[in-house]
Amino acid sequence: MNVGVVILVHNAFDRAEQVVRHWSAGGCPVVIHVDKNVKRAAHDDFVKSLADVPNVLFSKRHRCEWGTWGLVAASQSASAMMLAKFPDVRHVFLASGSCLPLRPIKDLQVYLAKRPRTDFIESATTADVPWTQGGLDFERFTLRFPFSWRKHRFLFDRYVEFQRRFKMFRRVPEGIVPHMGSQWWCLTRQTLSAILEDPDRKVYDTYFRRVWIPDESYFQTLVRLYSQSIESRSLTLSKFDYQGKPHIFYDDHLQLLRRSDCFVARKIWPDANRLYDNFLNEEYPLKGAEPNPGKIDRIFSKAVERRTRGRAGLFMQSRLPRPGHENGFTSSPYSVFEGFSELFEDFEPWLARMTGTRVHGHLYAKDGVEFEGRQTTFSGALCDNPKLRDHHAQLFLVNLIWNTRGERQCFQFGPNDSQHVSWDLAKDPNAQISVISGAWAIPLFQSNRNFSDIRADAAELQRLESEHLNALRSPFVKARIRIWTLAEFIETPMEALQTVLDEMGAKNLRRVTEAPKMADLTGFGQFLQNLKNQGMHPYLMGDFPADNVSVNERPTRRKPYLVR
Amino acid sequence: MGALTSYRLRLQRKRWHLRARRKSRELSVVKDRTSQIKPNDVFVFSTFRNEDIRLPYFFKYYRDLGVDHFFMVDNDSDDGGGDYAASQPDVSVWKASGSYRKSRFGVDWLNHLQRKYADGHWTLVVDPDEFFIYPFCDTRPIRALTDWLDASDIRSFGAMLLDMYPKGRLDAVPYNRGQNPMEIASWFDSGNYTISKNNLFYNLWIQGGPRARMFFKEEPWRAPALNKTPLVKWRKDYAYVSSTHMILPRGLNLVYDEWGGEKASGILLHAKFLDTFGVKAQEELSRGQHYAASHEYKAYAEGIAQHPDLWCKWSEKYINWRQLEILGLMSKGNWA
Repeated sequence: MNVGVVILVHNAFDRAEQVVRHWSAGGCPVVIHVDKNVKRAAHDDFVKSLADVPNVLFSKRHRCEWGTWGLVAASQSASAMMLAKFPDVRHVFLASGSCLPLRPIKDLQVYLAKRPRTDFIESATTADVPWTQGGLDFERFTLRFPFSWRKHRFLFDRYVEFQRRFKMFRRVPEGIVPHMGSQWWCLTRQTLSAILEDPDRKVYDTYFRRVWIPDESYFQTLVRLYSQSIESRSLTLSKFDYQGKPHIFYDDHLQLLRRSDCFVARKIWPDANRLYDNFLNEEYPLKGAEPNPGKIDRIFSKAVERRTRGRAGLFMQSRLPRPGHENGFTSSPYSVFEGFSELFEDFEPWLARMTGTRVHGHLYAKDGVEFEGRQTTFSGALCDNPKLRDHHAQLFLVNLIWNTRGERQCFQFGPNDSQHVSWDLAKDPNAQISVISGAWAIPLFQSNRNFSDIRADAAELQRLESEHLNALRSPFVKARIRIWTLAEFIETPMEALQTVLDEMGAKNLRRVTEAPKMADLTGFGQFLQNLKNQGMHPYLMGDFPADNVSVNERPTRRKPYLVR
Repeated sequence: MGALTSYRLRLQRKRWHLRARRKSRELSVVKDRTSQIKPNDVFVFSTFRNEDIRLPYFFKYYRDLGVDHFFMVDNDSDDGGGDYAASQPDVSVWKASGSYRKSRFGVDWLNHLQRKYADGHWTLVVDPDEFFIYPFCDTRPIRALTDWLDASDIRSFGAMLLDMYPKGRLDAVPYNRGQNPMEIASWFDSGNYTISKNNLFYNLWIQGGPRARMFFKEEPWRAPALNKTPLVKWRKDYAYVSSTHMILPRGLNLVYDEWGGEKASGILLHAKFLDTFGVKAQEELSRGQHYAASHEYKAYAEGIAQHPDLWCKWSEKYINWRQLEILGLMSKGNWA
């Protein structure tokens, strides 16, 4: 008992010839179908080149276009010929000219001999698989498709719409349930002959002639009528991309293919010399192992994922998502602090010590980017020049977070800074924003300037911060946001800091033991009152009493002691 | 207004073709080997002036990728580069006597030659200091890429210009004829690029890198464009508009995905910053033949006089395409 191979060829005849010789040398009879689109001269040359190989026949030629009946007709006439001319064939293996056997032919023969009644054909009902392209799943069996999808897409789509609109559905023939799957199968003589000699074959053929992509459903459906035992998987390793086009194998896939233990792979790039040389010439030990394409599966599904979803937080020459389609505006979480470095004198070094993250100053400061340690350049060769930064303020942030993947970034922000990114921060789910509103007044309070200038600045800063807070409170917000007024914050500064750090999920999560040094606010209340007296009402810092209060001292508690 | 805009762009394309035809009178054949070309050959098109020192490695690099034929336009070289190119077995050379600027920086000449010879071929339009990198370029020849693009119905392939520079002064290490320039200029900026989209032509406008960082700090909008679409399955009715930054019909400029995915893309390593650069900048400035009234070269000449170090401690050293892929400068997209 033996395995017969049916090969459908339409190009790369030199490679097809090599593979046919290989099959034949392994003792398999071969029936070849050459696409009718191939020019006569090329066809004749091909036939001539195989004249010296025993047990190779050529079947009646059909015109094969992708997704049309021709491919089924070709498989039918070639397999009928195989069954008629080679009576000792038990399994018929359908392959294409760009298929490459990866394991010794003997291995396949032994494998199939051990499973004499099993049909290997991927066959699933449409409702249960997400394979289909173009939104046509069950409809491929109920509509008509007279126009080519590749060449006349417009007509194809319009005609589909038309049929849906007027409910012009076809009836599926009695007794069959449409199934579909990979077009590369391996069937037993019993099953295949039952399909080919079915008294109703004419009915089925007429029906499938008008189905879309019948080569993926004709045998897959009919096999369910006759097979005694179906293994619903293909022995041919064949992966498809997100558009339903087959992935191609190259020389650098050699090790992967070898380890996959699959019997046959497609599609091989015709110029992949190393693959052909290796798999067709070298002697491999018989393994008898089950095919295991897991690793290849992962590589190709990753490729599909990259093409459809991309890497989050990356903006580059071939990925420029429209707003809302970024699948993550930035690549990883980061923290924004507003008002903290104004309230605390040593906030940046303290935060770096407590959390072990990268802590920058005001990245969006008007007179220059304040990178950590006030470096002039930073990761990815970002530059501290404010004009370069503001040339594209959003991408500056996106780039910074992308360049420092794997390390959490923290930076200061406030109304003194350029405000281009205000909304982007608010809408970014990766942003953790903590705000002490009104803290911008502290540097003004400490400054040695004329009060009229201070008043003008305060009014402007208050306006800017209030605009920013509106963004942070809008319904479009996705960032994690906490806002305290200055007055609220200084009531319980340690608790507030602890909450923020807890949220950051710092690794060495312990109680904050050491407090940052708070600015001296003696007289601050009076300062605010002076602003009010000048007609400028500072409201963002909350209610500050005009008289001096000691703000940052906790009442000293006496040490508790036990009374026995 | 979609149809009207399309029609306007169509007229514009016709105008570029007419212009290319008119400018083709400035071209004279030096060596015509176009009878050698075969139906599926991949071509390189390039304009050069006084690049003799770079040409040997340029030809070698692209031959190794599997390019079959070179179409070179020699813009009045006087260093023997034209003769060298003409002596190569797979190179056709034209001499252009006209003004580089008035031929829109060589685009008109190349548009004409491409229209005449490249119909139906994959063409790569690069300068002699640009080296094309694509996914798997160390294991797969360029024909693997073009076959895959054909199979995926993709007509054009984007490759961003990546400025390479040496560590230290530009003139510290002299470049030798035939040497791989990336041995000297092996550093690049990995993550300071900005992107915006041209809503008329659909191409991206990418800026950044060491040139923006060093020479265009004060006027970042003037920094040179880095987006390029150098690899195109050419057809007679295509036309480059501005260098290889923009092409018509505008659908060819859509080499990026807007719905979150990544399309496959490559990189053009730009080995401009070698010891030859200072001389070149001076020469180009005096000729006044470059883009935007040679503004770019003015900025360079001013900057170069102080012998700046383009290198900074965050510069990346070039290793291979996989490194560029991981850094997010290019992408494998769907190709695996």
